[in-house]
Amino acid sequence: MAELNAHIPEGELTDKWTKLRSSMPLVNPANKRSIEIIVVGSGLAGASAAATLAEMGYKVKCFCFQDSPRRAHSIAAQGGINAAKNYQNDGDSTYRLFYDTIKGGDYRAREANVHRLAEVSANIIDQCVAQGVPLAREYGGLLDNRSFGGTQVQRTFYAAGQTGQQLLLGAYSALERQVGMGKVEMFTRHEMLEVVVVEGKARGIIARNLLTGELERHSGHAVLLCSGGYGNVFYLSTNAMGSNVTAAWKAHKKGAFFGNPCYTQIHPTCIPVSGDHQSKLTLMSESLRNDGRIWVPKKKDDPRKASEIPEDERDYYLERRYPAFGNLVPRDVASRAAKERCDAGYGVGNSKLAVYLDFKANTERYGRIEASKHNIHNPDKETCMKLGREVIKEKYGNLFDMYAQITGEDPYELPMRIYPAVHYTMGGLWVDYNLMTTVPGLYALGEANFSDHGANRLGASALMQGLADGYFVIPYTIGAYLSKELATKPIPQDHPAFVEAEASAKAILDKFLSIKGTKSVDYFHKKLGKIMWEKCGMARNEKGLKEGIAEIQQLRKEFWSDLRVPGSADEMNPELEKAGRVADFIELGELMCMDALNRNESCGGHFREEYQTEEGEALRDDENYAYVAAWEYKGDVTFELHKEELKFENIKVAQRSYK
Amino acid sequence: MSTGNMNLTLKIWRQKNNKAKGSLVDYKISEVSPDMSFLEMFDVLNEDLVAKGEEPVVFDHDCREGICGACSMFINGRPHGPKEGITTCQLHMRSFKDGDTIVVEPWRAKAFPVIKDLMVDRTAFDRIIASGGFISVNTGNAQDANNLPIPKVQADSAFEAAACIGCGACVATCKNASAMLFVSAKISQLAQLPQGQPERYRRVQSMVAQMDAEGFGNCTNTGACEAECPKGISLENIARMNRDFYSAKFVSEESI
Repeated sequence: MAELNAHIPEGELTDKWTKLRSSMPLVNPANKRSIEIIVVGSGLAGASAAATLAEMGYKVKCFCFQDSPRRAHSIAAQGGINAAKNYQNDGDSTYRLFYDTIKGGDYRAREANVHRLAEVSANIIDQCVAQGVPLAREYGGLLDNRSFGGTQVQRTFYAAGQTGQQLLLGAYSALERQVGMGKVEMFTRHEMLEVVVVEGKARGIIARNLLTGELERHSGHAVLLCSGGYGNVFYLSTNAMGSNVTAAWKAHKKGAFFGNPCYTQIHPTCIPVSGDHQSKLTLMSESLRNDGRIWVPKKKDDPRKASEIPEDERDYYLERRYPAFGNLVPRDVASRAAKERCDAGYGVGNSKLAVYLDFKANTERYGRIEASKHNIHNPDKETCMKLGREVIKEKYGNLFDMYAQITGEDPYELPMRIYPAVHYTMGGLWVDYNLMTTVPGLYALGEANFSDHGANRLGASALMQGLADGYFVIPYTIGAYLSKELATKPIPQDHPAFVEAEASAKAILDKFLSIKGTKSVDYFHKKLGKIMWEKCGMARNEKGLKEGIAEIQQLRKEFWSDLRVPGSADEMNPELEKAGRVADFIELGELMCMDALNRNESCGGHFREEYQTEEGEALRDDENYAYVAAWEYKGDVTFELHKEELKFENIKVAQRSYK
Repeated sequence: MSTGNMNLTLKIWRQKNNKAKGSLVDYKISEVSPDMSFLEMFDVLNEDLVAKGEEPVVFDHDCREGICGACSMFINGRPHGPKEGITTCQLHMRSFKDGDTIVVEPWRAKAFPVIKDLMVDRTAFDRIIASGGFISVNTGNAQDANNLPIPKVQADSAFEAAACIGCGACVATCKNASAMLFVSAKISQLAQLPQGQPERYRRVQSMVAQMDAEGFGNCTNTGACEAECPKGISLENIARMNRDFYSAKFVSEESI
C-alpha cells in the first residue's frame, strides 16, 4: 500500500525549492519526444501544464468535457490573482504572502508547498503579461493592484472583474499554439471515466467521446488530473453546471488518497437564492469588499427599505467585530458572521437570508476626489455621487451589470443583497510536494488537489495556485518521475488493465440506462445538495453529520434503484453524463460528512458548532488535529483514514485573529 | 415545480443528430417565474420531458453567469434573445410576457454544424486561435512585468477587445456568417500591445487564412455582429484587422 510521504525536500524553507529544482533529474530533449503525458482538464492548471510540457518537448494529450478548452470554469474567476511583487511598496514579500496564506488557511496547510507558491507567484504575473494578458494598469503604464481579504497589503493583480477570463485566455492561447504546432492533441467534448493503472502506475485513461458516446482508450507515461473542485456536491454553488468530481473520484477509487474532503469554502458575497427553480448561484467578487461596506439593521426584522434606515441604526458588524481588517476579513470569517446575523433575525430581503453590501460611502468618497481633480470645490452630494458612480463603474461595471440582470435591481441606487454560497473546495486529491498522488505517475494540480490552502483559501489565491502548479511546478517535478521511465515503451492499449477499465466504465453507463426508474438525475442532485448544505455546510455538528451520513446512504440506494435516464449511451446524452457525475457526488458527500465528523475541531471553512470560542470564533485543536486527513478507498463506499502530520517550523502557530 | 404564473408556448428546433433533418416542435410551459433565467426555464421543460419519458432538449451551457461563452440560443430571431449586452444564460423570464410564443433555434452557419437540437460545433474558433491567436513566448522567458510600461488607454483598449467570450453570436447573426468580429477581436488585442508586435503581420495573415478555410463568410459592414455581441466588441476591431491585413499584404508579406 502506498505510504504517506510528502517528499518535502531537506534544508531551509527558503532554499527547498531552489535546491530541488537545481538537482531534479532531467529528461533529455530526444527522450521527451517519445514520452506521452495525459492532461485531464483545460482550466488554468490544465492548460498551463499542457502548454508548458509541450513547449518542453513532451507529447501531450489534453482532455476537456466542454466544447472548447477556453470554457473551463477558471474563466469565471472574477477578482484577481495574488503575487508577491511589492509593486505598491507596502511591505509585501515572499515571506508575507507565505505567512498570510498559512494563517488564512488556519494553520492547516503544508509550509513547504505554500512557500514555493509564494516564491513562484511573481513569475506568473511576468509570464501572463508576456503572453499579452491585459491586466489593469495605472496612468504611468505600470500594473495596478487592489486589496483582497485576509491581507493588509495590496498584492492583487486584476483585469476588471474578469481576471480569470483573461488569465485563462492567456493559457488557452499558449495551449492552442502547441495544438497548432501538433505538439498537443486536444480532445474536446471528452470526459474521463477511468484511470488505468498498470503494475501500480498510472498509464492511461478511459475517456468517453460525448459526441458519439464511444469509450476511448488513451495511454501515457503519466496522467495529470487538473479537473477542478467538487463544490457542485451541494447542487447550488458558484461552480459551472458541468464542474464535477468524477475524474478525481475515479482516481480515488483506483488508489489515490483524498485529502481533507470536508474543507469547503463558503463565499460571503453571492447573490441570494430566489426560488426553487434556481440552478446555480452567482458570485459577486470579493474585490467589492474593497469599496462595499457590509451591514444589517440594528433592529430585528426591520421592515424598512435600506434607504430609509438612518446611519446610526445600521450595524456594520464586520467593522464592529474586526476593526483591524473590517470588511476585508477572510471569507470563512465573513460568511459565518453573515450567517450569525441572519440566524439571529437581522437578515434583510424577502427571505431574510441576506445582508447588505453598500457602496454609497465609497461612491461619495471617490466622487469627492474626482471633483477635486476637476477643480470643483465644495461639491454638493449629488455631484459627488454622480462622479463617484463613474469610478465605481470602471472598477466593477461588469459585476454591477450582472447583479442587475439577475435580481432586477439597480445596485448603483440600492445596496446589493448578498448571502454566503459554496464557492471552492480546499480539499482534493492528496499530493506530495511533487504534486504526485499516492498512485505513482498520477498527479493532481490546481483545485483538484488539496495542497496549498489549508482549511480556508484566501481570495485571489486560486488563480495563483492553478498557474503556479501548471507553469512552474509540474514541469520540473514530473522530470523526477519520467527520468526513470525512459525505458518504458508506449503502453499497449490492449493491456488487460485497459480492457478491464473500459468494461467497468461501460458497465456503469449500462446500469444507469437499465434502471428505468421514475426520478431524474436532477431530483437526486438537488436532494443531495440539500442534505449537504444543511448537515455539512457552514456550520456542522456531530448529530447533524451522523444524520447526514444516514440520509446520503439512503439516497444512494434510491438513486441506484429509481433513476431514470432517457436516450442511449451511443449518442450525445447530457442526462447520462449528469448521472455519472451525481453518482460520484453521492459517494463523495458521504466521505465529506465522515471527514467533518472525524475532525473534532473548528478550523477555517470547517466549523463544528461544538468547538468555538466564547466570541463564536473557530476553535482549533492543534494537539490532536494538526494533520491532513488523507482517506483511502477500501471498496463499497468505505474509507480508511491516514494522517500526514503538519509541522510548523517557520511560523508560530497561533489563534487566528483579525481584530 | 415552478413558482410563477407565466404561460408560454415554445417552438424549439429539434434535430436528432448532424445527419437527421430537424424541425421546430411546439411545447407548452406553464407557471414560469419571472425570476427564472431562460436556461432555468429550459431545465423545467427538460424535467417535464424526462418525467414523460421523452428526450430532453440538448443545448450548450456551463457557467451560467455570462462569461464561458457556451450558451448559444437564437431566440425570436436574435442571438441570446431580445436584450442587449447579455448572453442567453443571463436572460431572465421577466423579459417576456405571459402568453408569449418564443422561437428557439441553434446558431446557423455552415462553419457551425448542428450536433443535436440547439447544440452546434464551434471548434472552428479554436482552430483559428491555433493558427496564430497568441504571442509566441514559452514559459520561463518573461521579463519583469513592470519593465514594459503600457499606456493605460492602450491597455484598456486591448482589454476591451480581449473581453470576447467566443460564443459565436456574431457569426450567427451575420447574413454572411462572417467570423470577422471574433477574429479581429483577438488580432486587435494583440496588435495594440507591445508584446504582440513581433508577430503582428504574420498573425493577421495566418488567422484570416484559417478563417477563410473554415468556411466563414465575408464582412459587408452591416454591423449586426456589434449590435448583438454580448460583450460589446466594437466594429473598430474589424477596421483594425483589415488595415493590418492590407499592410501585411502590400508592405511586409511573410510566407506563412
